[in-house]
Amino acid sequence: MSWTEQYDARSCVLLRLGDRRFALAADQVSELVAPSRMFRFAHRTPEIDGVILRRGRVVPVCDVAEKLIGKRLTSRRFYLISTRRLGATADWIALPVSGDCELIQADLTPAGPSDSPYVAAWLSHNGEVIEVLNLSALTPGMEPQDSANGKPVLAEAQP
Amino acid sequence: MRFESTHKTPAVRTEQIILFRSSNQVFAISSASVQEVRSVDSLAGAAMEIDEPAVPKVHHMLRRGERNVFVVNSAAHFGLRPSPAALIFLLRKTRVALLIDGIEKMTSMTRLQALSGAFCNEERVWYRGLTVLDQNVIPVVNPLGFLTEQELLVLDAAAGTLIEAEAASSQEMGITP
Repeated sequence: MSWTEQYDARSCVLLRLGDRRFALAADQVSELVAPSRMFRFAHRTPEIDGVILRRGRVVPVCDVAEKLIGKRLTSRRFYLISTRRLGATADWIALPVSGDCELIQADLTPAGPSDSPYVAAWLSHNGEVIEVLNLSALTPGMEPQDSANGKPVLAEAQP
Repeated sequence: MRFESTHKTPAVRTEQIILFRSSNQVFAISSASVQEVRSVDSLAGAAMEIDEPAVPKVHHMLRRGERNVFVVNSAAHFGLRPSPAALIFLLRKTRVALLIDGIEKMTSMTRLQALSGAFCNEERVWYRGLTVLDQNVIPVVNPLGFLTEQELLVLDAAAGTLIEAEAASSQEMGITP
């Protein structure tokens, strides 16, 4: 069976960036929260705007709108807190979105070889064809490594 | 009859840290990694100027015994706006002195969160992680992350030339150390 023939019904969260809608697999979404105070510190990863504090965790904020719709969001109504796997660890990331999100059940068509790496699949909803995002390809990331010995570090280091 | 609880709450590990300012941003460094805190003025006579274009964040060096200690401008290191530095941290177990704007306070942290994998550039070397103090997120700097081995080699070579030139000039003037 080729990639165009495979269908898979999954729960997805529809999110709005400007005028466009995209989808994320629901199992990658933790919660939708109102924008809170963003903390900024010196770093060299331009895709990351800063970090927010959520349930005691420090969550990086990554504006994916520039990559997806060609411009940064001028108004951020919510942060969609998502999880992605980086090697053996799960990593949280906050995506600013410009509107309400919607949980739907849809049949997914896997992405093809000509699709962008950030497209994991496609779905059709209310006559609209929507890209299901591959967060790992869309957001910057690396498997956490201990620079001294190359071993993965714990998500929470001990002082 | 009362039973003793078999579960003991583990003692919370804390680490003493110094919060310091560089170009209006606050950073934390472990107190244990700071050997001395000096004012910039107190080192004015002891510092030698060094100009190595490959390492623009270093403009001065100190001689501590037989060792060269390089003064890293923290604002330049973190890519921040230049700011008037007032203090120098002489760091332990490294040949780095850190030029900072000032000390905010000394405190302790109980939890250090590893930097998220989303941060994937130099900041992974700059920081040991992040800590939360009074609902603020503070990066905790890695004292070994200010100069790479390669940068130290380049600076040592420049320092060697500088020291030789100074010795030759002293001999010409008939000055004996």
